[in-house]
Amino acid sequence: MRYNKNALVLMTSAAALTLGSVGLAQADTLEDTLDRGEVRCGVSDGLPGFSAPDDDGNWQGIDVDVCRAVAAAVFGDSEAVTYTSLTAQERFTALQSGEVDVLSRNTTWTTTRDTTLGLNFTGVTFYDGQGFLVSKDIGISSAEELDGASVCVQSGTTTELNLADYFDANDMEFDPIVFDTSEQTVGGFEAGRCDVLTSDTSQLAALRIQLDDPDSAEVLPEVISKEPLGPVVRQGDDKWFNIVKWSLFAMLNAEEYGVDSENVDDMLDSENPSIARLLGEDGNYGEEMGLEADWAYNIIAQVGNYAESYDRNVGMDSPLEIERGVNRLWTDGGIHYAPPIR
Amino acid sequence: MTHYKEMIPERPAPHRSIGPLAWLRTNLFSGPVNTLVTLAGIVLLYWLLVPTIQWAVIDANWLGSNPEDCTSAGACWVFIHARIGQFIYGLYPSEEIWRINIVFILFTGFITWLGVPGLPYKRGVAIVTLLVFPIIAYLLLHGGYFGLPRVSTHRWGGLTLTLILAVVGMVAALPIGIILALGRRSSMPIVRSVCVIFIEFWRGAPLITILFMASVMLPLFLPAGVGIDRLIRALVGITLFQSAYMAEVVRGGLQAIPQGQEEAAAALGMSYWKRMGLIVLPQALKMMIPGIVNTFISLFKDTTLVMIIGLFDLLGIVQAALSDSRWLGFDVEGYVFAAFVFWVFCFSMSRYSQYLERRLHTGH
Repeated sequence: MRYNKNALVLMTSAAALTLGSVGLAQADTLEDTLDRGEVRCGVSDGLPGFSAPDDDGNWQGIDVDVCRAVAAAVFGDSEAVTYTSLTAQERFTALQSGEVDVLSRNTTWTTTRDTTLGLNFTGVTFYDGQGFLVSKDIGISSAEELDGASVCVQSGTTTELNLADYFDANDMEFDPIVFDTSEQTVGGFEAGRCDVLTSDTSQLAALRIQLDDPDSAEVLPEVISKEPLGPVVRQGDDKWFNIVKWSLFAMLNAEEYGVDSENVDDMLDSENPSIARLLGEDGNYGEEMGLEADWAYNIIAQVGNYAESYDRNVGMDSPLEIERGVNRLWTDGGIHYAPPIR
Repeated sequence: MTHYKEMIPERPAPHRSIGPLAWLRTNLFSGPVNTLVTLAGIVLLYWLLVPTIQWAVIDANWLGSNPEDCTSAGACWVFIHARIGQFIYGLYPSEEIWRINIVFILFTGFITWLGVPGLPYKRGVAIVTLLVFPIIAYLLLHGGYFGLPRVSTHRWGGLTLTLILAVVGMVAALPIGIILALGRRSSMPIVRSVCVIFIEFWRGAPLITILFMASVMLPLFLPAGVGIDRLIRALVGITLFQSAYMAEVVRGGLQAIPQGQEEAAAALGMSYWKRMGLIVLPQALKMMIPGIVNTFISLFKDTTLVMIIGLFDLLGIVQAALSDSRWLGFDVEGYVFAAFVFWVFCFSMSRYSQYLERRLHTGH
């Protein structure tokens, strides 16, 4: 019986693997997408500035703009997207099983996810990291002055572990005040139960707005962990991988060359060879990806360049007002660096 | 006989035994302990109600369409006002919303017809409601036929989705539940064991696990290109889960019917289905109303669990709206609204079931 049972387990796993790999079978995502007429994009079920439906029911956010950019590149129409809202648990399955073709859902790029899940990260849309929110009354300007502080933190997250690591590494003491949900964490901070609140910087901005007096608190400049967030596609379809990757690069390059949705039509006549190549006036780089020559023009005209997307969704033109910080271009002292189009 | 010369001395008028004052005295202030409890209750109510009313009504903001319109300290119902369309219709395209409205109107019409006593053609209307209406509703909501643009289920949401999940779950689970209950009482070993295994399996797993399996595991086992719609997966999961519970409620009702009823019917030469359909089930179902409604109400609230598979039911869409960066920090208003809508639906169901019990009470 024992033998049989083992055999059964083996057979089931083998069947599951076969079926699983069938699910991952090499498919031409671009062709399927063109047939369908829509890019199927997985977004979060609501994260301020990254993806959330606005008053009119349209999805907005920096993650959503990646989906729109891909649709603009493929169809010349940034609205040709079907959004699927995914929870953190089901996001990878949805991508693996082909329910969505791009996953743009504030997903941190890590080794495990990149290597064992059959997925490929196409780039980084937002360099996130863990930061600190302090009350201005305390008069602290750097995280290194936090020795002995009581820290409000959400339980069961990597945030809690990073916090311990950071204080250990800097030989400082701290007193963790642990809460279950982010609302409770803010409540604890506001009630003065801790001197400082820690979370990802993208979340801190949203949490700060929810304070009764947002101006009474500020985000410290230090970032103590690396959370590069980016779009993900299935492994094994390099053509589609390239399209998603270069859609983001086109937005970054456009910012670097000063092309935005306002001036893109004037830029068509630009003498700058980089801009001419970007906008498809010189050479046809779209064709090599299976797209039209004006793929990048469509992205910039309909979605905008990276700076426009950032400012509109999370930056200074949005309620979140997150500083560009490391998300500046390499030319401005940040770490966003897109390979050249040539 | 003794004659009393003196009159009985005057006595104060007896306590009033009717009227609000008397009611207060007998019910609220009948003794020192009761008086204390009443006073404590009044203080507690005052302590709870005054700030609530202050927040929800007096200090509240009612008019406007922007977060900037929320100036006073109380609740900001502007948020609900600005999003109400989304809360009801989900992300359904605004120019197609008339289709949902037609389905709502038809559904309310059919249900009212069936619910109000004395209206004719009940049997015909019931058949139309159960067999024709779902097809009409599907064609209208999903579209893609007769020139209606297709609206994929990704865009369904809000109260509409909650009602679809609940109504489909209820309507599909009741017949399956009855069949399972009959099967479990059957004397045929295979039928019985299949039903027992089915019921115990689905009752043994939490709904959240079933939804999770349907959304995360199932797609991996399907061959490439075969995708089952997420809504369908959730609906099937909810229906199977609910039918197992329904089966046990029905079995409870069946067991309350004395054995003699069935034996008498058998003695008259009735077949199994006639015995069940004409004698046992009509009596049993009447007794089961509280149990069935209880299950329905719990299902209606359980539909919020689809949130964990990323479907925007009423609660899900409220949460999504709360994460719009323009509307950060209006959590309380959003959740109060969702709770209120759920309460209205559940309370109505509960009242209707009580009415039904009284109407069908024929006594034994």
